Amino acid sequence: MKRREFLDWVIGAVGATLGAFVVFPVARYLVPPKLPEAATRRVPAAKKDELAPGSFKIFPFGGHPGILIRTADGQYKALSAECTHLGCTVQYRKADGHIWCACHNGLYDVDGHNISGPPPRPLESFDVHLIGDEVVVEKTKTS
Amino acid sequence: MSRLGEWLDQRLGLPALRQLAEHKEVPVHRHSFWYYWGGMTLFLFGVQVATGILLLLYYRASSDEAYESVRFLMTQVEFGWLIRSIHSWSANLMIGAAMIHMFSVFLLKAYRAPREATWLSGMVLLGLSMAFGFSGYLLPWNQLAFFATKVGTDITGAVPVLGPFMKKLLLGGDQITGGTLTRFFGFHVAILPAFATALVALHVYLVQMHGMSVPPSVELAGGPKRKMKFVPNFALRDAVGWLAALGALALLAALFPGSWEPRPIPTRWRRPGSDPSGTFGWMFQTLRMLPSHILGLEGEMVGIVGIGVVATVWAIAPFLDDPQGRGTRARLWTTVG
Repeated sequence: MKRREFLDWVIGAVGATLGAFVVFPVARYLVPPKLPEAATRRVPAAKKDELAPGSFKIFPFGGHPGILIRTADGQYKALSAECTHLGCTVQYRKADGHIWCACHNGLYDVDGHNISGPPPRPLESFDVHLIGDEVVVEKTKTS
Repeated sequence: MSRLGEWLDQRLGLPALRQLAEHKEVPVHRHSFWYYWGGMTLFLFGVQVATGILLLLYYRASSDEAYESVRFLMTQVEFGWLIRSIHSWSANLMIGAAMIHMFSVFLLKAYRAPREATWLSGMVLLGLSMAFGFSGYLLPWNQLAFFATKVGTDITGAVPVLGPFMKKLLLGGDQITGGTLTRFFGFHVAILPAFATALVALHVYLVQMHGMSVPPSVELAGGPKRKMKFVPNFALRDAVGWLAALGALALLAALFPGSWEPRPIPTRWRRPGSDPSGTFGWMFQTLRMLPSHILGLEGEMVGIVGIGVVATVWAIAPFLDDPQGRGTRARLWTTVG
Protein backbone atom coordinates (compact mmCIF):
# COMPACT_ATOMS: atom_id res chain seq x y z
CA MET A 1 0.00 0.00 0.00
CA LYS A 2 1.28 3.43 -0.91
CA ARG A 3 1.67 5.99 1.82
CA ARG A 4 -0.97 8.24 0.25
CA GLU A 5 -3.50 5.41 0.11
CA PHE A 6 -2.76 4.53 3.69
CA LEU A 7 -3.30 8.12 4.80
CA ASP A 8 -6.56 8.34 2.85
CA TRP A 9 -7.68 5.17 4.57
CA VAL A 10 -6.75 6.46 8.03
CA ILE A 11 -8.50 9.78 7.46
CA GLY A 12 -11.59 7.96 6.21
CA ALA A 13 -11.65 5.67 9.24
CA VAL A 14 -11.20 8.54 11.69
CA GLY A 15 -13.90 10.53 9.88
CA ALA A 16 -16.32 7.61 10.01
CA THR A 17 -15.67 7.10 13.72
CA LEU A 18 -16.25 10.77 14.46
CA GLY A 19 -19.40 10.69 12.31
CA ALA A 20 -20.67 7.73 14.29
CA PHE A 21 -20.12 9.68 17.50
CA VAL A 22 -22.53 12.30 16.18
CA VAL A 23 -25.01 10.00 14.46
CA PHE A 24 -25.43 7.57 17.37
CA PRO A 25 -26.72 10.04 20.00
CA VAL A 26 -28.93 11.77 17.42
CA ALA A 27 -30.46 8.47 16.32
CA ARG A 28 -31.11 7.44 19.93
CA TYR A 29 -32.55 10.89 20.61
CA LEU A 30 -35.00 10.60 17.73
CA VAL A 31 -36.54 7.41 19.12
CA PRO A 32 -39.18 8.55 21.61
CA PRO A 33 -38.74 7.01 25.07
CA LYS A 34 -41.18 4.28 25.99
CA LEU A 35 -43.69 5.79 28.35
CA PRO A 36 -44.86 3.70 31.27
CA GLU A 37 -48.28 2.39 30.18
CA ALA A 38 -50.97 4.01 32.22
CA ALA A 39 -52.48 1.25 34.33
CA THR A 40 -55.87 1.67 32.72
CA ARG A 41 -57.68 -1.58 32.80
CA ARG A 42 -60.48 0.24 34.57
CA VAL A 43 -61.83 3.78 34.39
CA PRO A 44 -64.91 5.56 35.70
CA ALA A 45 -66.64 6.46 32.43
CA ALA A 46 -69.71 8.36 33.65
CA LYS A 47 -71.90 9.23 36.62
CA LYS A 48 -74.86 6.96 37.11
CA ASP A 49 -77.53 9.53 36.17
CA GLU A 50 -75.46 11.19 33.44
CA LEU A 51 -76.80 9.25 30.46
CA ALA A 52 -80.49 9.16 29.59
CA PRO A 53 -81.74 5.97 27.88
CA GLY A 54 -80.91 6.14 24.16
CA SER A 55 -77.83 8.37 24.59
CA PHE A 56 -74.08 7.81 24.59
CA LYS A 57 -70.78 9.42 25.49
CA ILE A 58 -67.18 9.11 24.35
CA PHE A 59 -64.71 8.68 27.22
CA PRO A 60 -60.91 8.42 27.30
CA PHE A 61 -59.68 4.91 28.04
CA GLY A 62 -55.89 4.66 28.34
CA GLY A 63 -55.19 7.05 25.52
CA HIS A 64 -57.89 5.67 23.24
CA PRO A 65 -61.54 6.68 22.91
CA GLY A 66 -64.20 4.41 24.33
CA ILE A 67 -67.93 4.66 23.81
CA LEU A 68 -70.46 4.18 26.62
CA ILE A 69 -74.00 3.61 25.40
CA ARG A 70 -77.21 3.51 27.40
CA THR A 71 -79.71 1.66 25.24
CA ALA A 72 -83.37 2.55 25.05
CA ASP A 73 -84.20 -0.18 27.61
CA GLY A 74 -81.66 1.30 30.09
CA GLN A 75 -78.79 -1.19 29.62
CA TYR A 76 -75.17 -0.02 29.56
CA LYS A 77 -72.79 -1.09 26.80
CA ALA A 78 -69.13 -0.13 26.66
CA LEU A 79 -66.93 -0.62 23.60
CA SER A 80 -63.87 0.68 21.93
CA ALA A 81 -64.88 3.75 19.91
CA GLU A 82 -62.15 3.25 17.33
CA CYS A 83 -63.63 2.01 14.06
CA THR A 84 -61.78 -1.13 13.00
CA HIS A 85 -61.61 0.18 9.43
CA LEU A 86 -59.42 3.31 9.68
CA GLY A 87 -59.72 4.33 13.30
CA CYS A 88 -62.31 7.13 13.18
CA THR A 89 -64.35 7.61 16.35
CA VAL A 90 -67.75 5.96 16.07
CA GLN A 91 -71.10 7.19 17.45
CA TYR A 92 -74.38 5.69 18.59
CA ARG A 93 -77.53 6.26 16.51
CA LYS A 94 -80.62 6.24 18.67
CA ALA A 95 -82.98 5.93 15.66
CA ASP A 96 -81.89 2.43 14.55
CA GLY A 97 -79.90 1.47 17.64
CA HIS A 98 -76.71 0.94 15.63
CA ILE A 99 -73.17 2.16 16.11
CA TRP A 100 -72.17 4.17 13.09
CA CYS A 101 -68.85 5.40 11.78
CA ALA A 102 -69.31 8.69 9.93
CA CYS A 103 -66.06 8.45 7.97
CA HIS A 104 -66.96 5.64 5.58
CA ASN A 105 -70.48 4.68 6.66
CA GLY A 106 -69.47 1.60 8.64
CA LEU A 107 -72.20 0.03 10.78
CA TYR A 108 -72.00 -2.10 13.93
CA ASP A 109 -74.76 -3.43 16.10
CA VAL A 110 -74.90 -2.33 19.72
CA ASP A 111 -72.70 -5.28 20.78
CA GLY A 112 -70.00 -4.15 18.35
CA HIS A 113 -70.46 -6.72 15.58
CA ASN A 114 -69.69 -5.27 12.18
CA ILE A 115 -72.85 -5.56 10.09
CA SER A 116 -72.27 -3.42 7.00
CA GLY A 117 -69.80 -1.10 5.32
CA PRO A 118 -66.01 -1.41 5.28
CA PRO A 119 -65.17 -2.40 8.92
CA PRO A 120 -63.30 -5.73 8.85
CA ARG A 121 -63.69 -6.71 12.52
CA PRO A 122 -66.07 -6.14 15.44
CA LEU A 123 -65.35 -3.42 18.00
CA GLU A 124 -63.67 -4.57 21.21
CA SER A 125 -66.27 -4.64 23.96
CA PHE A 126 -65.66 -3.92 27.64
CA ASP A 127 -67.30 -4.92 30.91
CA VAL A 128 -69.50 -2.41 32.69
CA HIS A 129 -69.83 -2.24 36.48
CA LEU A 130 -72.12 0.00 38.48
CA ILE A 131 -70.11 0.98 41.56
CA GLY A 132 -71.64 3.56 43.92
CA ASP A 133 -72.85 6.37 41.69
CA GLU A 134 -70.29 5.65 38.97
CA VAL A 135 -70.36 3.63 35.78
CA VAL A 136 -66.99 1.89 35.69
CA VAL A 137 -65.67 0.36 32.49
CA GLU A 138 -63.16 -2.48 32.65
CA LYS A 139 -61.23 -4.37 29.98
CA THR A 140 -62.58 -7.87 29.59
CA LYS A 141 -60.22 -10.32 31.35
CA THR A 142 -59.30 -12.26 28.20
CA SER A 143 -58.15 -9.15 26.27
CA MET B 1 -16.62 11.52 -15.01
CA SER B 2 -19.54 9.26 -14.31
CA ARG B 3 -22.75 9.64 -16.27
CA LEU B 4 -24.64 10.63 -13.15
CA GLY B 5 -22.09 13.37 -12.51
CA GLU B 6 -22.49 14.65 -16.07
CA TRP B 7 -26.27 14.54 -15.78
CA LEU B 8 -26.15 16.61 -12.58
CA ASP B 9 -23.59 19.05 -14.02
CA GLN B 10 -25.81 19.86 -16.98
CA ARG B 11 -28.83 20.47 -14.78
CA LEU B 12 -27.35 22.21 -11.74
CA GLY B 13 -24.59 24.25 -13.36
CA LEU B 14 -21.98 22.69 -11.10
CA PRO B 15 -18.95 23.49 -13.32
CA ALA B 16 -19.48 27.22 -12.64
CA LEU B 17 -19.52 26.57 -8.88
CA ARG B 18 -16.48 24.32 -9.15
CA GLN B 19 -14.63 27.01 -11.06
CA LEU B 20 -15.57 29.57 -8.42
CA ALA B 21 -14.29 27.31 -5.66
CA GLU B 22 -11.06 26.62 -7.56
CA HIS B 23 -10.36 30.28 -8.14
CA LYS B 24 -11.10 31.49 -4.62
CA GLU B 25 -7.88 32.29 -2.83
CA VAL B 26 -6.98 33.44 0.65
CA PRO B 27 -4.04 35.80 1.20
CA VAL B 28 -1.39 34.38 3.51
CA HIS B 29 0.29 36.78 5.96
CA ARG B 30 0.91 37.08 9.68
CA HIS B 31 -2.74 38.01 10.45
CA SER B 32 -4.29 35.15 8.41
CA PHE B 33 -5.24 33.38 11.63
CA TRP B 34 -8.15 35.79 12.08
CA TYR B 35 -9.73 34.75 8.78
CA TYR B 36 -10.99 31.55 10.41
CA TRP B 37 -13.32 33.14 12.94
CA GLY B 38 -16.16 34.01 10.56
CA GLY B 39 -16.29 30.40 9.43
CA MET B 40 -16.14 29.29 13.05
CA THR B 41 -19.16 31.46 13.86
CA LEU B 42 -20.98 30.01 10.86
CA PHE B 43 -20.19 26.45 11.99
CA LEU B 44 -21.56 27.13 15.47
CA PHE B 45 -24.64 28.72 13.88
CA GLY B 46 -25.08 25.44 12.00
CA VAL B 47 -24.80 23.52 15.29
CA GLN B 48 -27.50 25.81 16.71
CA VAL B 49 -29.81 25.12 13.77
CA ALA B 50 -29.29 21.35 13.96
CA THR B 51 -29.70 21.02 17.74
CA GLY B 52 -32.55 23.56 17.71
CA ILE B 53 -34.48 21.44 15.22
CA LEU B 54 -33.86 18.37 17.39
CA LEU B 55 -35.14 20.19 20.49
CA LEU B 56 -38.30 21.14 18.59
CA LEU B 57 -39.23 17.45 18.41
CA TYR B 58 -39.89 17.33 22.17
CA TYR B 59 -40.45 20.94 23.25
CA ARG B 60 -44.04 22.13 23.80
CA ALA B 61 -44.55 25.88 23.73
CA SER B 62 -47.35 26.50 26.20
CA SER B 63 -47.27 27.74 29.77
CA ASP B 64 -48.88 24.47 30.93
CA GLU B 65 -46.47 22.14 29.19
CA ALA B 66 -43.19 23.95 28.47
CA TYR B 67 -41.51 23.20 31.80
CA GLU B 68 -42.71 19.60 31.86
CA SER B 69 -41.60 18.98 28.28
CA VAL B 70 -38.07 20.24 29.05
CA ARG B 71 -37.96 18.13 32.21
CA PHE B 72 -39.08 15.13 30.17
CA LEU B 73 -36.37 15.89 27.60
CA MET B 74 -33.72 16.13 30.30
CA THR B 75 -34.72 13.03 32.27
CA GLN B 76 -36.46 10.60 29.90
CA VAL B 77 -35.24 11.17 26.35
CA GLU B 78 -31.97 9.45 25.54
CA PHE B 79 -29.23 12.05 25.04
CA GLY B 80 -31.85 14.78 25.52
CA TRP B 81 -29.64 16.41 28.14
CA LEU B 82 -26.73 16.32 25.69
CA ILE B 83 -28.61 17.96 22.82
CA ARG B 84 -29.97 20.71 25.10
CA SER B 85 -26.62 21.23 26.74
CA ILE B 86 -24.87 21.51 23.37
CA HIS B 87 -27.51 23.99 22.19
CA SER B 88 -26.86 26.15 25.25
CA TRP B 89 -23.05 25.93 25.10
CA SER B 90 -22.92 26.41 21.36
CA ALA B 91 -24.98 29.60 21.77
CA ASN B 92 -22.37 31.03 24.12
CA LEU B 93 -19.44 29.89 21.99
CA MET B 94 -21.11 31.34 18.90
CA ILE B 95 -21.42 34.77 20.52
CA GLY B 96 -17.77 34.41 21.62
CA ALA B 97 -16.61 33.48 18.11
CA ALA B 98 -18.67 36.33 16.64
CA MET B 99 -17.00 38.73 19.10
CA ILE B 100 -13.52 37.53 18.16
CA HIS B 101 -14.50 37.84 14.48
CA MET B 102 -15.84 41.36 15.05
CA PHE B 103 -12.85 42.65 17.03
CA SER B 104 -10.37 41.18 14.57
CA VAL B 105 -12.23 42.77 11.66
CA PHE B 106 -12.28 46.04 13.59
CA LEU B 107 -8.64 46.03 14.58
CA LEU B 108 -7.43 44.91 11.15
CA LYS B 109 -9.72 47.53 9.60
CA ALA B 110 -11.35 45.02 7.30
CA TYR B 111 -14.48 47.21 7.29
CA ARG B 112 -12.88 49.76 4.90
CA ALA B 113 -14.47 50.57 1.55
CA PRO B 114 -15.97 48.71 -0.23
CA ARG B 115 -16.79 46.44 2.73
CA GLU B 116 -19.01 48.77 4.80
CA ALA B 117 -22.16 46.78 3.96
CA THR B 118 -20.44 43.57 5.07
CA TRP B 119 -19.62 45.19 8.42
CA LEU B 120 -23.16 46.51 8.85
CA SER B 121 -24.76 43.15 8.01
CA GLY B 122 -22.41 41.60 10.57
CA MET B 123 -23.55 44.14 13.17
CA VAL B 124 -27.20 43.25 12.51
CA LEU B 125 -26.32 39.56 12.73
CA LEU B 126 -24.73 40.14 16.14
CA GLY B 127 -27.92 41.92 17.24
CA LEU B 128 -29.98 38.98 15.96
CA SER B 129 -27.74 36.54 17.84
CA MET B 130 -28.43 38.42 21.05
CA ALA B 131 -32.17 38.42 20.29
CA PHE B 132 -31.89 34.65 19.79
CA GLY B 133 -30.28 34.33 23.21
CA PHE B 134 -32.85 36.54 24.88
CA SER B 135 -35.90 34.84 23.33
CA GLY B 136 -34.49 31.36 23.89
CA TYR B 137 -33.85 32.00 27.56
CA LEU B 138 -37.56 32.14 28.42
CA LEU B 139 -38.51 28.90 26.70
CA PRO B 140 -37.76 26.42 29.55
CA TRP B 141 -40.32 28.45 31.54
CA ASN B 142 -38.55 28.13 34.87
CA GLN B 143 -37.84 30.72 37.52
CA LEU B 144 -34.47 31.78 36.17
CA ALA B 145 -36.00 32.23 32.73
CA PHE B 146 -38.90 34.17 34.13
CA PHE B 147 -36.86 36.69 36.06
CA ALA B 148 -34.22 37.13 33.36
CA THR B 149 -37.01 37.94 30.92
CA LYS B 150 -38.63 40.28 33.44
CA VAL B 151 -35.38 42.20 33.91
CA GLY B 152 -34.66 42.19 30.18
CA THR B 153 -38.06 43.51 29.16
CA ASP B 154 -37.96 46.09 31.98
CA ILE B 155 -34.67 47.35 30.54
CA THR B 156 -36.36 47.56 27.13
CA GLY B 157 -39.24 49.45 28.75
CA ALA B 158 -36.80 52.06 30.14
CA VAL B 159 -35.62 53.06 26.65
CA PRO B 160 -36.76 56.68 26.08
CA VAL B 161 -39.82 57.33 23.88
CA LEU B 162 -40.23 53.92 22.20
CA GLY B 163 -39.49 51.80 25.30
CA PRO B 164 -42.97 51.20 26.71
CA PHE B 165 -44.35 50.34 23.27
CA MET B 166 -41.50 47.95 22.52
CA LYS B 167 -41.93 46.27 25.88
CA LYS B 168 -45.61 45.70 25.19
CA LEU B 169 -44.80 44.37 21.73
CA LEU B 170 -42.26 41.94 23.22
CA LEU B 171 -44.46 40.70 26.05
CA GLY B 172 -47.69 40.61 24.08
CA GLY B 173 -49.27 42.54 26.98
CA ASP B 174 -48.15 44.13 30.23
CA GLN B 175 -47.01 40.98 32.03
CA ILE B 176 -45.09 37.81 31.28
CA THR B 177 -47.86 35.33 30.51
CA GLY B 178 -48.41 32.22 28.42
CA GLY B 179 -48.90 34.67 25.54
CA THR B 180 -45.34 35.94 26.03
CA LEU B 181 -44.05 32.37 25.83
CA THR B 182 -45.88 31.79 22.54
CA ARG B 183 -44.46 35.07 21.20
CA PHE B 184 -40.88 34.36 22.26
CA PHE B 185 -41.16 30.87 20.80
CA GLY B 186 -42.31 32.40 17.51
CA PHE B 187 -39.42 34.88 17.55
CA HIS B 188 -36.93 32.15 18.42
CA VAL B 189 -37.88 29.48 15.89
CA ALA B 190 -39.47 31.38 13.00
CA ILE B 191 -38.95 35.14 12.78
CA LEU B 192 -35.31 35.38 13.89
CA PRO B 193 -34.17 32.31 11.90
CA ALA B 194 -35.78 33.75 8.75
CA PHE B 195 -33.92 37.06 9.09
CA ALA B 196 -30.69 35.42 10.28
CA THR B 197 -30.60 32.98 7.36
CA ALA B 198 -31.16 35.74 4.82
CA LEU B 199 -28.51 37.95 6.43
CA VAL B 200 -25.96 35.15 6.74
CA ALA B 201 -26.45 34.50 3.02
CA LEU B 202 -25.96 38.20 2.26
CA HIS B 203 -22.92 38.43 4.55
CA VAL B 204 -21.23 35.38 3.00
CA TYR B 205 -22.10 36.59 -0.49
CA LEU B 206 -20.49 39.97 0.24
CA VAL B 207 -17.36 38.33 1.62
CA GLN B 208 -17.23 36.17 -1.50
CA MET B 209 -17.75 39.12 -3.83
CA HIS B 210 -15.13 41.40 -2.28
CA GLY B 211 -12.65 38.68 -1.37
CA MET B 212 -10.61 38.65 1.82
CA SER B 213 -9.53 42.02 3.11
CA VAL B 214 -5.79 42.52 3.55
CA PRO B 215 -4.88 44.62 6.62
CA PRO B 216 -3.32 48.06 5.94
CA SER B 217 -0.11 47.09 7.75
CA VAL B 218 0.41 44.16 5.36
CA GLU B 219 -0.48 46.27 2.33
CA LEU B 220 2.01 48.95 3.37
CA ALA B 221 4.68 46.30 3.64
CA GLY B 222 4.09 45.37 0.00
CA GLY B 223 1.07 43.10 0.18
CA PRO B 224 0.81 39.41 1.01
CA LYS B 225 3.69 37.33 -0.32
CA ARG B 226 1.65 34.20 -0.88
CA LYS B 227 -1.90 33.03 -1.50
CA MET B 228 -3.60 29.84 -0.43
CA LYS B 229 -6.31 28.04 -2.39
CA PHE B 230 -9.63 28.10 -0.57
CA VAL B 231 -10.38 24.55 -1.72
CA PRO B 232 -8.92 22.42 -0.32
CA ASN B 233 -6.19 24.18 1.69
CA PHE B 234 -8.18 26.78 3.59
CA ALA B 235 -11.36 24.68 3.80
CA LEU B 236 -9.46 21.79 5.40
CA ARG B 237 -7.90 24.15 7.95
CA ASP B 238 -11.42 25.44 8.61
CA ALA B 239 -12.57 21.86 9.14
CA VAL B 240 -9.82 21.25 11.70
CA GLY B 241 -11.02 24.28 13.65
CA TRP B 242 -14.62 23.08 13.48
CA LEU B 243 -13.62 19.65 14.68
CA ALA B 244 -11.84 21.25 17.65
CA ALA B 245 -14.97 23.32 18.33
CA LEU B 246 -17.14 20.20 18.22
CA GLY B 247 -14.77 18.51 20.67
CA ALA B 248 -14.86 21.52 22.99
CA LEU B 249 -18.66 21.55 22.78
CA ALA B 250 -18.95 17.87 23.63
CA LEU B 251 -16.57 18.32 26.54
CA LEU B 252 -18.35 21.38 27.95
CA ALA B 253 -21.79 19.87 27.41
CA ALA B 254 -20.84 16.62 29.13
CA LEU B 255 -18.98 18.17 32.06
CA PHE B 256 -21.28 21.13 32.68
CA PRO B 257 -24.80 20.27 31.55
CA GLY B 258 -27.51 22.77 32.40
CA SER B 259 -28.73 22.93 35.98
CA TRP B 260 -32.31 22.48 36.99
CA GLU B 261 -34.67 25.21 38.12
CA PRO B 262 -38.01 25.26 39.98
CA ARG B 263 -41.15 26.56 38.32
CA PRO B 264 -41.71 30.29 37.86
CA ILE B 265 -43.51 31.89 40.78
CA PRO B 266 -44.45 35.37 39.61
CA THR B 267 -45.59 36.51 43.06
CA ARG B 268 -42.08 36.26 44.49
CA TRP B 269 -39.86 38.99 43.21
CA ARG B 270 -36.17 38.50 42.54
CA ARG B 271 -34.68 35.57 44.32
CA PRO B 272 -30.96 36.11 44.91
CA GLY B 273 -29.02 34.54 42.09
CA SER B 274 -31.56 35.21 39.38
CA ASP B 275 -29.42 37.84 37.67
CA PRO B 276 -29.34 37.39 33.94
CA SER B 277 -26.22 35.55 32.96
CA GLY B 278 -24.48 34.93 29.69
CA THR B 279 -25.17 37.23 26.79
CA PHE B 280 -26.81 40.01 28.76
CA GLY B 281 -25.01 39.78 32.07
CA TRP B 282 -22.68 42.65 31.19
CA MET B 283 -25.61 44.96 30.48
CA PHE B 284 -27.36 44.09 33.70
CA GLN B 285 -24.20 44.51 35.76
CA THR B 286 -23.39 47.85 34.10
CA LEU B 287 -26.87 49.17 34.79
CA ARG B 288 -26.73 47.99 38.39
CA MET B 289 -23.54 49.94 39.04
CA LEU B 290 -25.11 53.24 38.00
CA PRO B 291 -26.56 55.55 40.67
CA SER B 292 -30.33 56.02 40.66
CA HIS B 293 -30.06 59.54 39.26
CA ILE B 294 -27.47 61.15 36.98
CA LEU B 295 -27.84 64.90 36.30
CA GLY B 296 -31.52 64.71 37.26
CA LEU B 297 -32.24 61.85 34.85
CA GLU B 298 -32.97 58.27 35.82
CA GLY B 299 -29.71 56.35 36.09
CA GLU B 300 -31.02 53.35 34.21
CA MET B 301 -32.16 55.46 31.29
CA VAL B 302 -28.80 57.23 31.08
CA GLY B 303 -27.09 53.84 31.08
CA ILE B 304 -29.28 52.47 28.31
CA VAL B 305 -28.86 55.56 26.16
CA GLY B 306 -25.11 55.37 26.79
CA ILE B 307 -24.93 51.73 25.70
CA GLY B 308 -27.04 52.61 22.66
CA VAL B 309 -24.72 55.47 21.68
CA VAL B 310 -21.60 53.32 22.05
CA ALA B 311 -23.19 50.53 19.97
CA THR B 312 -24.21 53.00 17.26
CA VAL B 313 -20.74 54.58 17.06
CA TRP B 314 -19.26 51.08 16.85
CA ALA B 315 -21.66 50.09 14.07
CA ILE B 316 -20.89 53.15 11.93
CA ALA B 317 -17.12 52.88 12.46
CA PRO B 318 -16.44 52.36 8.71
CA PHE B 319 -17.90 55.79 8.00
CA LEU B 320 -15.96 57.53 10.79
CA ASP B 321 -12.62 56.02 9.84
CA ASP B 322 -10.31 57.45 7.23
CA PRO B 323 -11.12 55.67 3.92
CA GLN B 324 -7.59 54.29 3.64
CA GLY B 325 -7.54 53.17 7.24
CA ARG B 326 -4.54 55.31 8.08
CA GLY B 327 -3.95 58.65 9.76
CA THR B 328 -4.60 60.29 13.08
CA ARG B 329 -8.38 60.50 12.81
CA ALA B 330 -8.68 56.74 12.83
CA ARG B 331 -6.53 56.51 15.93
CA LEU B 332 -8.89 58.83 17.79
CA TRP B 333 -11.93 56.74 16.95
CA THR B 334 -10.15 53.53 17.80
CA THR B 335 -9.61 54.95 21.27
CA VAL B 336 -13.25 56.02 21.54
CA GLY B 337 -14.39 52.58 20.39
